[in-house]
Amino acid sequence: MRRAATALVALVLAVMAVVVGSSAATAATPAPAPSASEGTTAQAGGAAAGGLVINARVRTQEGDDVPGATVDLLQGGAEVSTAETDAQGTAQLQVPSPGDYVVRLDVDSLPAVAEGLEPREAEISTSVQEGLGRTVAFRLSEPGTDTGAAASTGDQVLQRVATGLRFGLVIALGAIGLSLIFGTTGLTNFAHSELITFGALSTYFFTAIAGLPFLLAAAFGLVASAAFGYLNDRGLWQPLRRRGTGLIAMMIVSIGLSLFLRYLFLYVFGGGVRTFPGYAGQAGVQVLPGVLLRPLDLWTMGLSAVVLVVVAFALVKTKLGKATRAVSDNPALASASGIDVDRVIRTVWIVGSALAGLSGIVLGLQQGISFQMGFQILLLVFAAVTLGGLGTAFGAVLGSIIVGLFVELSTLVIPTELQNLGALVILILILLVRPQGILGRAQRIG
Amino acid sequence: MDIGSILSNALAAAIGLDTIIYALAALGLNIQFGYAGLLNFGQAAFVAIGSYGIASMVTIAGLPFGVGIVVGLLASVLFALLLGIPTLRLRADYLAIATIAASEVVRLLARSNSLGAYTGGSNGLTGFAEGFYDLNPFPAGTYGFGPFQNNERTTWIFLVGWVLVALVALATWAIMRSPWGRVLKGIREDEDAVRALGKNVYAYKMQALVLGGLVGTLSGFVFSLGRAAVQPDNYATAFTFFTYTVLLLGGAARVLGPVVGAAIFWVVLSLTDGLLRGAIAAGWVPDGLMTTTQVGQVRFMLVGLALMLLMIYRPQGIFGDRRELALDGR
Repeated sequence: MRRAATALVALVLAVMAVVVGSSAATAATPAPAPSASEGTTAQAGGAAAGGLVINARVRTQEGDDVPGATVDLLQGGAEVSTAETDAQGTAQLQVPSPGDYVVRLDVDSLPAVAEGLEPREAEISTSVQEGLGRTVAFRLSEPGTDTGAAASTGDQVLQRVATGLRFGLVIALGAIGLSLIFGTTGLTNFAHSELITFGALSTYFFTAIAGLPFLLAAAFGLVASAAFGYLNDRGLWQPLRRRGTGLIAMMIVSIGLSLFLRYLFLYVFGGGVRTFPGYAGQAGVQVLPGVLLRPLDLWTMGLSAVVLVVVAFALVKTKLGKATRAVSDNPALASASGIDVDRVIRTVWIVGSALAGLSGIVLGLQQGISFQMGFQILLLVFAAVTLGGLGTAFGAVLGSIIVGLFVELSTLVIPTELQNLGALVILILILLVRPQGILGRAQRIG
Repeated sequence: MDIGSILSNALAAAIGLDTIIYALAALGLNIQFGYAGLLNFGQAAFVAIGSYGIASMVTIAGLPFGVGIVVGLLASVLFALLLGIPTLRLRADYLAIATIAASEVVRLLARSNSLGAYTGGSNGLTGFAEGFYDLNPFPAGTYGFGPFQNNERTTWIFLVGWVLVALVALATWAIMRSPWGRVLKGIREDEDAVRALGKNVYAYKMQALVLGGLVGTLSGFVFSLGRAAVQPDNYATAFTFFTYTVLLLGGAARVLGPVVGAAIFWVVLSLTDGLLRGAIAAGWVPDGLMTTTQVGQVRFMLVGLALMLLMIYRPQGIFGDRRELALDGR
């Protein structure tokens, strides 16, 4: 009891220590406005002081805010008002009365930051009701990387396959740790998403605030993630296992930990989306006919694939890897055959957290860093792990690639905003048809 | 710092709208998790269905709000059946993942532009609550005493809300001492034993899911009418986690556990909120340590920490009985 308490306090203090360091530095940079999806406290655009307002947000595909762009408000073709975006990429357009409007982004006014980028659509129609503001968003991207209307279907499929693979590899990095932790300890760790976020945030801290070169910062970020995972296990989960806490109770504890850490990240990091300095707006290159990817994506995809192969190799060939699979299979039997189960679990936590951290760094390079970036993909990671078979490492990778491809390819048929929905529906369906997953062993799970 | 007003706000929170909403949601969850042992992490979806039932029917379809209530209840039963058929045969951890995914599906659909014509998209809907307030028997004025003073609209929704809480609590008490309730508790304790007695475990679980979901839908009605607005992100997973904290605080598998839990939960949150804001306004908090925006975030951190500590040190909550908790993985 007391041991668990001191351990818990130590864990919290350790997190605080990491976080307060960056807090002081964060205060120097202007904190971006909290994003609209900030938990339950979010309010609709709201009637700001002085009547109705449409907020127009201009951002690049990577999540960079674009200041100094001109946005016009039109009604029936006539210009009603105009405004320029501020440092957060937001322009407030005064609306005289409720009704139907068109918000137009003046493409010629785009500043140097957005050089060579095009909005997906330059005009967005919206309607304003009494007492309710609206928010419209313009997303800028390199011509061709977005679902280009001009591209032929075949090219689109190829492009989607490429981005799907890119996303699938990110999920796979997160999924291995989750699956192995479940396999070796039985814990369904909802706080795994915070391990993903932690990797990106600590790297951001080392590069943007401590000023280290990105690759060195990423290496430090990985070490920090591994240490964070070790502290998680040592400070919280190991004492709980020793007490014999039930699996359901541990799962609820992990939900509490996830909520606590996520809002601690928000507290320190703020609600905005930021990018690693120097990695914004890279131009895409033609990889295959019709497939555009940034050089950065190619590097991260290659790196992820190499890491996954190394992990797979280690699991199959090394003594520790074999021990891990043995514990995953049957902890009691593994322990009886002389395997140090505690050591295996510790290793799984350290390696799994480092992989989750890497997944966060790669995801941060792709779509920007925010306090809930991990939480936003957590259910997809769960879907991937369930699809592949809970507790299996190879199943997790296979499931991740399938989920990544599915999410991206489904946008050919359904709107992009609903792309994650398809994967969640698949998650529920797979539980109906083959609950043990593709590579899982049939056992009683009901 | 005005200690008096902070204390009186905290006292008022004990019977406030949030307390009613979370008490009802937790009463529903109590039937599912507390009595039947179902780890439903999709309670937010049932609340959302209740809220959108009224909001969409009144604002979009232009029907009276009574129709919205009927539609909300029917949709909730339908959702429970859809959710239950694939998931109720699963082990507890799979059930948790599946229900949490289902509740996110509901929220993502509600905030999507594709369905924006029916749900108002990410901005939600307003202007649907007048039909309810037209039924208000209280003439304009202020009612109550001490810290519990409200205008006629608030008094009306509070009255309706607390009557609902009382009725649901009474019904829970009645059915849980009936043979049906005993079977439910038996399923929580040992599913296979109940099955061996010839009971259809699956059907009982489904009934518990539907019943708890309906109570969650009632919470959604109070939510939407009390705020006079619905906004999809209010029904995120955090709502479900808050509801679990409320339930575990008061004590699961106790009739009044959720109600007491909700009252304590919101009094504590109101108190810490008020004290922190007061301290910032009085300049007692050093610059750069905490702003008023961050006070709202501290609330979530506190809830997360409370959920962890409760689960580790006192899973039975204030009134619960540890032996009556379905916490062993089955």
